[in-house]
Amino acid sequence: MLRVENIQKHFISHVLNGKEVVGFRSVSFKVLPGMALGLSGPSGCGKSSILKCIYRTYLTGMGKIIYNSQTFGTVDLAVLPENEILALRRKEIGYVSQFLSVVPRQPAAEVVAAPLVEEGVSRAVALQRARGLLDRLNIGARLHAAYPATFSGGEKQRVNLSRAIIRPPRLLLLDEPTASLDAASMQVVLDLLLEIKARGTTIIAIFHDQAIMDRLMDDIYTMPVKES
Amino acid sequence: MKPILQVSGLTKRYGPGCPECLRRTGALHETNQCPHCRSIIACREITFDLFPGEVLGIVGESGSGKSTVVRLLHFDDEPTQGEFRIKLNGSAGAACNPDPGRNLFALGAFERRQIRNAHMGIVYQNARMGLRLKVSAGGNIAERLLMAGWRHVGQMRQRAAELLIATEVPVLRIDEPPQHFSGGMQQRVQIAKALSTRPAVLLLDEVTTGLDVSVQARVLDLIRSLQQETGVATIVVSHDLGVIRLLTSRTIVMRHGCIVEQGLSDQILEDPQHPYTQLLVNSML
Repeated sequence: MLRVENIQKHFISHVLNGKEVVGFRSVSFKVLPGMALGLSGPSGCGKSSILKCIYRTYLTGMGKIIYNSQTFGTVDLAVLPENEILALRRKEIGYVSQFLSVVPRQPAAEVVAAPLVEEGVSRAVALQRARGLLDRLNIGARLHAAYPATFSGGEKQRVNLSRAIIRPPRLLLLDEPTASLDAASMQVVLDLLLEIKARGTTIIAIFHDQAIMDRLMDDIYTMPVKES
Repeated sequence: MKPILQVSGLTKRYGPGCPECLRRTGALHETNQCPHCRSIIACREITFDLFPGEVLGIVGESGSGKSTVVRLLHFDDEPTQGEFRIKLNGSAGAACNPDPGRNLFALGAFERRQIRNAHMGIVYQNARMGLRLKVSAGGNIAERLLMAGWRHVGQMRQRAAELLIATEVPVLRIDEPPQHFSGGMQQRVQIAKALSTRPAVLLLDEVTTGLDVSVQARVLDLIRSLQQETGVATIVVSHDLGVIRLLTSRTIVMRHGCIVEQGLSDQILEDPQHPYTQLLVNSML
């Protein structure tokens, strides 16, 4: 499904007089369709940067990110034209971080329903499914009409996740999406992720919670040590 | 996907010009003024595509040339050089439907005006540029409909009312001149006017600059929802990265008349490459 070949990421900060910061060095791995791969390694070793390179939020310095897409066939995400990356983001690739990244001043239920509406599902049906998903994640009805920006950390993360999985993407990138969740919510998230995986979604994820890593992942990639 | 709008090599010079102009100005030289003949190169060799349904941002500081680019595309001013093509669905060569192979800058003023009235809408920072402030709000919208070939007064009035509702301007004030309106309401009338003819391309030039934050938020939310409803391909010019983040999916960064960087908007904000873009991102509040 996805094959990462010898990618590297360096940041050059012109604000700090050209100081160079290494994100990660020579990373290679592959994920088969329907499988889940966990990235592991200490904080600051570049795990999140890898996900951002796959999603093109970061530009990849060297190497290839070969993705077998439904829309465009086999492509290199590191150099694919921007409008095709945008099309893949709409149709195939989802990304969830631990931080809320939604349009402000939109009620939670609308935020979660948006991907369905975009796909052509009627607003009423989309909203109903969004509310169902939020309920399952213990976001009560009284919060459905509120703005997610006012939510607690854990609630924001659940809104983020709901939005990403309401229409399961082919490839889902997860960057510690459960960092602020309690054990009960964590269990629900795990169940949901196992469900979409069973329905065919390929997952690349970072979790600090070992239990999730053990139960969700088929394979673990351990980050190379970076000599500073 | 094929672009709906293609711009290539767009350059605008104010001043006599000399062979040195392009060589001694631009981002590398940290100036847009030719040291030899004193001409201003407002924008130079600007090339980009706009795709159907997308929102493209152009960001840069005052004087970077970003507004010049949209005003040239709206035929408000004559370019010094460059080509501009629009590819619409439907039969080329039909009434007001430009031949996709034709450089629109090479057309006569009358044809350009026709194309602009039929397919483009613009909203300026200053309502004075986009509206006649002493003519009623409804009259302002009707004027644009007239230019696009509408003739039936009742229909025009109905369309104006629909648009004022969509842009949250009280319809009861349709006969009032915008000079009596607040800044935010004037911008909403401009948006209503720009969208009245269902344009294929919408140009937004610093539309929320100068509004206070609560009004700014409402205008931006309105633009976002109308853009999603109509799917109009949009160019958003702004110096405010917050506006860019909220509205756009791709962004062009301009400085001293040049494009110094372009990319996905989240990449520009999180992994900026050019020193100027890094400075801009680091300067965000």
